[in-house]
Amino acid sequence: MLWICLLFAILGVILGYAAFRFKVEGDPLVVDIEALLPQTQCGQCGFPGCKPYAEAIAQGKADINQCPPGGEVGVKALADLLGLDAKPLNESFGIEKEKKVAVIVEADCIGCTLCIQACPVDAILGAAKYMHTVIASECTGCDLCVEPCPVDCIVMTAIKPSVLNWQWPKPIPNRH
Amino acid sequence: MNFTWAAAPHIKPRDSVSKIMLKVLLALLPSIFLLAWFFGGGVYINILLATLTALIAEAMVLKLRGRVVLKCLKDLSALVTAVLIGMAIPTLAPWWVVVLGTFFAIVIVKQLYGGLGSNLFNPAMAGYAFLLISFPQEMTAWAMPESLNAWPFSDIIRLIFSAQLPDAMTIDGITMATPLDVVKTQAAINPYTDVTVLPLGIETLFTQGWGWLSLSYFVGGLWLVQQGIIAWQIPLGILSALALIAAGFYFYDAQTYTSPLFHLLAGATMVGAFFIATDPVTAATAPKGRFIFGFMIGVLTYLIRVWGGYPDAMAFAVLLMNIAVPVIDYYTQPRVFGTRR
Amino acid sequence: MDQDGVIVFKGWNLKGGLDLEGHKDLSRQYSINNTAIPDELIYPLVDRSGNVLTALAKTGERVLKGQVIAGSKGVQGTLLHAASSGLVKENEWRMIAHPSGLKSECLIVATDGLDECCPIDEPVDYRQLSAADICEKVHQAGIVGLGGASFPTAIKITPNNVHTIDTLIINGAECEPYITCDDRLMQQYPSEILLGIQVLLRALAIKNCVIGIEEDMPEAIEAIQKAIECSGFNQIQVKVVPAVYPAGGERQLIYLLTGRETPSQGFPVDIGVVCQNVGTVMAVYQAIVKGQVLIERVVTVTGTGINKPQNMWARIGTPIKDLVSQCGGYNGPNERLIMGGLMMGFSLPDDSVGITKATNCILVATSKEVTKSSEAEIQPCIRCGECASVCPVNLLPQQIYWYSQGGAHQKCQSFGLFDCIECGCCDVVCPSHIPLVQYFRASKSKVFLKRREDEAATLAKQRFERRDTRQVQEKVAREQRIRVKKLALVKRQKESVSSSAKMQDKP
Repeated sequence: MLWICLLFAILGVILGYAAFRFKVEGDPLVVDIEALLPQTQCGQCGFPGCKPYAEAIAQGKADINQCPPGGEVGVKALADLLGLDAKPLNESFGIEKEKKVAVIVEADCIGCTLCIQACPVDAILGAAKYMHTVIASECTGCDLCVEPCPVDCIVMTAIKPSVLNWQWPKPIPNRH
Repeated sequence: MNFTWAAAPHIKPRDSVSKIMLKVLLALLPSIFLLAWFFGGGVYINILLATLTALIAEAMVLKLRGRVVLKCLKDLSALVTAVLIGMAIPTLAPWWVVVLGTFFAIVIVKQLYGGLGSNLFNPAMAGYAFLLISFPQEMTAWAMPESLNAWPFSDIIRLIFSAQLPDAMTIDGITMATPLDVVKTQAAINPYTDVTVLPLGIETLFTQGWGWLSLSYFVGGLWLVQQGIIAWQIPLGILSALALIAAGFYFYDAQTYTSPLFHLLAGATMVGAFFIATDPVTAATAPKGRFIFGFMIGVLTYLIRVWGGYPDAMAFAVLLMNIAVPVIDYYTQPRVFGTRR
Repeated sequence: MDQDGVIVFKGWNLKGGLDLEGHKDLSRQYSINNTAIPDELIYPLVDRSGNVLTALAKTGERVLKGQVIAGSKGVQGTLLHAASSGLVKENEWRMIAHPSGLKSECLIVATDGLDECCPIDEPVDYRQLSAADICEKVHQAGIVGLGGASFPTAIKITPNNVHTIDTLIINGAECEPYITCDDRLMQQYPSEILLGIQVLLRALAIKNCVIGIEEDMPEAIEAIQKAIECSGFNQIQVKVVPAVYPAGGERQLIYLLTGRETPSQGFPVDIGVVCQNVGTVMAVYQAIVKGQVLIERVVTVTGTGINKPQNMWARIGTPIKDLVSQCGGYNGPNERLIMGGLMMGFSLPDDSVGITKATNCILVATSKEVTKSSEAEIQPCIRCGECASVCPVNLLPQQIYWYSQGGAHQKCQSFGLFDCIECGCCDVVCPSHIPLVQYFRASKSKVFLKRREDEAATLAKQRFERRDTRQVQEKVAREQRIRVKKLALVKRQKESVSSSAKMQDKP
């Protein structure tokens, strides 16, 4: 009896030490969830960015189908990670759209900086009273800059197909 | 000038599925004639019934699955399954046996798993095993060799479709135990029977037709290997395993265990080795895996034949190894050029 | 040893491969023709690996033959030279030599027919040049691998500290059907090629060189051998490889000639080998010994759809239609225009495309020779394993296909997706007519796209987080400022109150 108690005590000490020694910084689940989110930072999910949404999912405060840019593929990946059933995208948060890039019609820009403040990833360049421009390669296509523009000079444009972004098409088998 | 866009390679493909299936059917032809010669023209009716059932059943399911029916039937895979079932069933079996077996093979085993290429089990063998388990009596009634040659064809038709025998004949009078049945029955009656006194010599095998039949399968199979249609590793595995084990036991105790040549020529060994186990859909893929797959079928066949409850075991052995295919495939992936294992 | 100095392989010791009908007699017996100056030279401002080139010649500028007109930056940067004299037009979007058949920005030179040359360097004896000099000259001449991959040659031959090179392999195994440009080069310019090899050996500071030639090019083998005897460059060895496709694949040829396997994710340098195509060697000869830059190459214009198939010295940038018309034009309705070979070339919808440094062949094929895209009716895979038995890199194409069509691209990679050299052997033997290689290319595209997206997502995340911290800092700083101001205000108020009290006290 005594030996068993002793053994358990030792094991307890080891466990306690391990918990202390190998402590994981931050919530690993949040990190995993966040890795699956598209990082568009668009806020369509109702949270101010991908990380807050990831935290909300981890805490069970949000559902996995609130991210339109991630689309059905994203929902499925989250479902796989969390061991849940995949479900269709909740359309009240928006629908899945083709990725676009914001373009400022520079002739119309009045240099108000409102879009610069709205951009979650600092992808718009410019200063007060000077023309602004979008760094296309950094733009996540979140739409957040469109609304604040007082002169409506920001257009979301489709990404033009070019030899640089072209992909080999997957063969389409005729149904057999 | 306008040109069509297509992805490389632009060269025309060499072969087609229907060509492969056609060659398999061709390779089976001599055996069909031999079957008819030794066991009566019923085999033609069996094959015809099986073919009709297979085509109708396949067309039906394809229609239900929303596929282009004619295009799929054109691959002739259903025909091969049908012919194999038609040949595996005793030539005097009632018509519903073959219809039921083919229907089961095509609908349950093949199409419900996703059709050609997606089935886990060999359709012909699954159909055969289903019949053997459900209707053992009908499935073991093989005609006495060459006994039906004098029969008019109408008598055979009557027997198959309405189970009516010509006057003064009994079913026992026209059927005869196959060599493997003899072994099994004797072992059941008296486990200490000396097999050497039983009519199981190689000459008997040939006079009863089974030897010739096996030889015809062997020759047809070799032709398929030569044509590059079937993988040689599988028949080699099966035949070598069976021969090795049988030889081992034979030399250990020739009075209890039959000879390796007997095992190679009796029953479904040859048809199984060259025509059943080589079905690429349900066999292992890598060369090494194919040999292992074949070898294990050989081992299982011997085990079931000698110690199992059924006289022959090819169908069960193939089906059992079908289950093992994913595992075999996983462990026998070839080494990719430029990588280390 | 079958003949003097020639080693003929008795067997194909590489797994897989196909015996293909060569169709080489259409063009191999005619000597290489010169071509007329086209009206326009078209240079895409993007290369095969997706590097963007910057135009270095201005619109409206008159450029001379051999003048640098564009270049790409970075480690793999290359230079592009005008192939004839003329005026630089405004950049236009034209269809380019790319499997997509898409348009891209092109620099266009309207030629003036004078073919006026840049002053060229005084030819120097290559034996006086240092390795670094040779590399620099090769770079300045704009030489890239002419076998198809277009990798900058200067980088390949620049010594580095990581790898020890011991063998130079010259790829003269033209395994693709129809193509005979390397065959012709070896037949007509054997001593030039040997000199080019000498230059490369000098740059690499090694002695060993093996030329691999397919057995169905006896004239080329003989010519090279004779040249070796005459020149006395006995350290150069000719090895004859079987005419099996794809013996001319870089990794395959190296294995056939040296028995070394290029590691899966690595390069030939990892096993001490540098491999150059015959055409590239010729370009090196022209650059170092003759002082010429790379502005033309040998192109095989062939196929049953062409009236007079032949090899020609074509200026880089020449539109395909100009070459075709000099070969007697098309002889009827044709199904497909292929740039490159029957097995690995890509089809082009239109013949206005300009040839590039990578273009070794223009193949015009009728419907008798090639698949019709609609004709290839895809049937289900029956796992027959034919694809695996012909795969030269020992993959299981049927398994990769299975995962590819299901979208499991990660799984494809574990089955060696990126080891696939896209040779197309599996497609040829597939009885179900599945475009396997096309599935693999699509999967590769998807994997690349995923990588790009992941990188972009990481970047976006970083930027978002930095913005977040910055905003927090700004907020703190603002509050700090407000507090300081408030304190100052309170203080001032207090002071003014006390001072006014004093004032009241005073009277």
